[in-house]
Amino acid sequence: MTRHVILGMGTAGLSAAEVIRRHQPSATITMISDDPYGYYSRPGLAYVLSHELTRAHLFPMTRGRWNRLAIQHIRAHAVQIDPQARSLSLNTGQSIAYDRLLLAIGAAAMPLNVPGAELDGVLPLDSMQDMQRMIRHAKRARQAVVVGGGVTAIEIVEGLHARGVQVHYLMRGGRYWRSVLDEAESHLIEQRLICQGVSLHHHTEIARITSRRDWLGRERISGVETTDGWQIRCQLVGVAIGVRPRLDLVAGTDIETDRGILVDDRMQTSVPGIYAAGDVAQAWDPIAGRATVQTLWPVAVAQGRVAGANMIGQLATYERSIPVNVTRLTGLIVSMIGTVSTRGEPDPDLVTISRGDSELWRGVPDTIVVHERDQVHRQRLIIKDNRLVGAVLIGDQSLFSTLHRLIEKRVDIGMFLRALRSSQVDLAQVLMQAQKQVA
Amino acid sequence: MLTRLAEHENRRRCALSHARLVADPTRCIQCGICSYNCPAGIDIRGHVWYEEPIDDCRCVICGECVTRCPRGALRFVSLSAVS
Repeated sequence: MTRHVILGMGTAGLSAAEVIRRHQPSATITMISDDPYGYYSRPGLAYVLSHELTRAHLFPMTRGRWNRLAIQHIRAHAVQIDPQARSLSLNTGQSIAYDRLLLAIGAAAMPLNVPGAELDGVLPLDSMQDMQRMIRHAKRARQAVVVGGGVTAIEIVEGLHARGVQVHYLMRGGRYWRSVLDEAESHLIEQRLICQGVSLHHHTEIARITSRRDWLGRERISGVETTDGWQIRCQLVGVAIGVRPRLDLVAGTDIETDRGILVDDRMQTSVPGIYAAGDVAQAWDPIAGRATVQTLWPVAVAQGRVAGANMIGQLATYERSIPVNVTRLTGLIVSMIGTVSTRGEPDPDLVTISRGDSELWRGVPDTIVVHERDQVHRQRLIIKDNRLVGAVLIGDQSLFSTLHRLIEKRVDIGMFLRALRSSQVDLAQVLMQAQKQVA
Repeated sequence: MLTRLAEHENRRRCALSHARLVADPTRCIQCGICSYNCPAGIDIRGHVWYEEPIDDCRCVICGECVTRCPRGALRFVSLSAVS
């Protein structure tokens, strides 16, 4: 009976476990994670913060679903892997033997590196505990300062705002999420934040977080000092400056790493029998010609399923899919498909990749076509070598499937370029005609 | 008042007989807002995870899940389009 051990209890690990159980009803599946809350929807944390969801609804797995998977759960974390002996040492002193091991340990939020960052109330939004701490601090905070970029920064800003906290959002650069959005898109999001009452501060960052003692002698955040000499009073600091794959466990082993754990198209690491999937994995991309890290939900699900299939001896390969993320920024649904960044410049607000991001989003296109129906419905198409390589949809999402298919199938749209460039054209009609080529 | 109620019920039944809830799993992040807001208590999120059709007889096509999904993962399509 094969012993499958999965480290981590995120969506990649669960996806792998489901595949294993479906094909091997008698196999032993052990999941090792010291997260006291087990499996929950991490992207859903932001919606609990913004009062749209209760904590209880973050858990998609019913007792029946867990029982059917028959997973042995060990609440601990691995401290050492011995690939020769095929065993793991846990922090509890226990030793676990495995036949197939999946590393689905995810990525961790980067801490802020300024004086005062260790104070109680300087928080990321990366786990259930972080969210609960943020809600607790938001109850007695009147002002908050948020730093960082990407989806998480806006989620913290909007979540705290929904809880009645006056929010100051500090950006190192001149605009929001410049590595993915264009100027007009950043401007749209920023204007909507301002309308909500959020204070934006550009070209600045935290120099120091100050504190004072309350009447019980507890040290509390009193404010931040910025690099340009301003002092902002606040009782909470939200941090979303990026995440980094957790590589500590594999350091010193034969498992090869770069920015993440390097895996082949079967999600196997450089050590046979050990697999990696999800945010921690860095998978080879045949089209980009390099191994990339992606912190996207659908990628984690797909990689977990491929890893699970290979762990039971099937020859499944991870088909490189077009990176897609759909999110909500300031109440607008925003979809990013394929190559959406036009310059490939680093984002000054992020020290690493952010959650809900893909390294495959960066590229240099030939043409960019923008269609704006009104202030909130906007489509940006990125074209290279007569092919659609990416799109950003804000607001109206009705063209999502069509654009996704055209980008995925690399359809030659050369004959439609002139029509696409016209601002008078019905974009849907042109794209439908282009799609007919696929069929 | 009664006429308005009857009209509303009529429209609902028309919608029920012509439309179906369809999900796009690539857009779903399993946050559960759909299930939380479903007045009929349908586990819509579970259907999306397993890529099962959302054809629960309790669905009244009220549109709460479609409207509230923060990722636009759910939509109504006419039954003729589904087939």
